[in-house]
Amino acid sequence: MGEPAVPPRASTAADTSAPSASRSAFSRLPGFFTLLRTEFTLAVRRRSDIVNPLLFFVTVLAMMPLGIGPEPEMLARMAPGLIWVMALLATLLSQESLFRNDYEDGSLEQLALQPQPLYFPVLAKVLVHWLVTGLPLALLSPLLGMMLNLGAAGYWPLLVSLLLGTASLSLIGGVGAALTVALQRPGLLLALIIMPLYVPVLIFGTGTVQAALDGYSYGPQLAILGAILAVAAALAPLASAGAIRISLEN
Amino acid sequence: MSWQWFHRLGSPRWFYQKSGAWLPWLGATALLLLSVGIVWGLGFAPEDAKQGNSYRIIYIHVPAAFLALAGYYIMAISGAIGLIWKMKLSFVVMRAAAPIGAVLTFIALFTGAVWGKPTWGTYWVWDARITSMLILFFLYLGVMALSGAFSREQSGDKASALLALVGTVNIPIIYKSVDWWFTLHQPATLKLTEASTIDPSMFYPLITMIAGFYLFYAWVLTLHTRTLILQREWRTQWVRELLGASSPARG
Repeated sequence: MGEPAVPPRASTAADTSAPSASRSAFSRLPGFFTLLRTEFTLAVRRRSDIVNPLLFFVTVLAMMPLGIGPEPEMLARMAPGLIWVMALLATLLSQESLFRNDYEDGSLEQLALQPQPLYFPVLAKVLVHWLVTGLPLALLSPLLGMMLNLGAAGYWPLLVSLLLGTASLSLIGGVGAALTVALQRPGLLLALIIMPLYVPVLIFGTGTVQAALDGYSYGPQLAILGAILAVAAALAPLASAGAIRISLEN
Repeated sequence: MSWQWFHRLGSPRWFYQKSGAWLPWLGATALLLLSVGIVWGLGFAPEDAKQGNSYRIIYIHVPAAFLALAGYYIMAISGAIGLIWKMKLSFVVMRAAAPIGAVLTFIALFTGAVWGKPTWGTYWVWDARITSMLILFFLYLGVMALSGAFSREQSGDKASALLALVGTVNIPIIYKSVDWWFTLHQPATLKLTEASTIDPSMFYPLITMIAGFYLFYAWVLTLHTRTLILQREWRTQWVRELLGASSPARG
């Protein structure tokens, strides 16, 4: 990151104790990795938080052939969209608890009181959220694609587009989770405010798979998904950090 | 250069007192332009060669769609001003702009559907423009829902301002993505109704209507802002004095 040699917050303890300018530029990162490890351990110990979105994803997808009929041609046509929409919903539903526990036990407030910006703690939480929901969802998707009669040409594009796309979804959804963390029952409200922001990811995600199935090159769509991820990684944690500060005031 | 006007503008009371004087002029000009535009457009503008009289809904549809988009930016920018300069009034403007924008978006969608039936043969197409307008409508609803969800008014203000700002980043992306999504999968056969050049005899009433809609928007926004100011500031001395004669019961 383009950190200046003399940081603007020169009065903080971490900066003054740093022996050199290069060390102070990275002095935030060890904290980041510690946080990442803590968050990951916490997430792994709450097994239901990992398993439930996946179960939801699989169960709802299993409902689809029952609802729309088991004709293979129709399922094949709908598979990319169905899998993507369900991945989106699974991400969204699991996002409600992203900051909830930390808000309730007060550690979110402690994080906000630190002199360091909230960007890195938020990024760590979102990254862990993606590791325990988006990543397994993406890895599971070819299997579900096969069950829904998706053409073999679509497996890789589906997997890669979900890997990139769910990371963006986690980042964008983090803003909504931070905005609604102080509310009593944010579930539906979270869906209402975040769904419109998910639209571009959904369009380019299904576009990737569809282009591959139609025999076109799907590189451009993947590149745009990557671009969305880059922009979201840079901006969404900032917006989430601002939203957390607003929620803490409530 | 004095910044006094800027600080004054932050005061809801100052705005309330000043805007009272602008209101009649704003309202009268808006209604005048709208009625001239409506009569001109519906009564005197020539019939379209292909679409007959059905095209005349353009005089409602296009200005409403214009204002629906512009209204989102007005809402987001006033939210940003509120977040940056902690200006009370701009949050009130933001809250006032949200329902007006949502209604205008709905009007644009509705008139579009009505227009689509005789010309495209269907009320709804998942075309880039229509889809992105629908998502804009959802964004408005989201901002409204979030601003009402907080028990503390200031938190609701800030949270919905932040959401509106995030939405601003997203609107161009949504528009582009939906545009691309459409052109990738379906040939643009439905665009034949979209006139790239419009005859001056149809254009001038349209411009009148657009100007009328802008003024009407400003008028309604001011009215709604004034109402919200009274609702928020009802504890203060000046509001009590203002309403003292008519409603002594509150407080």
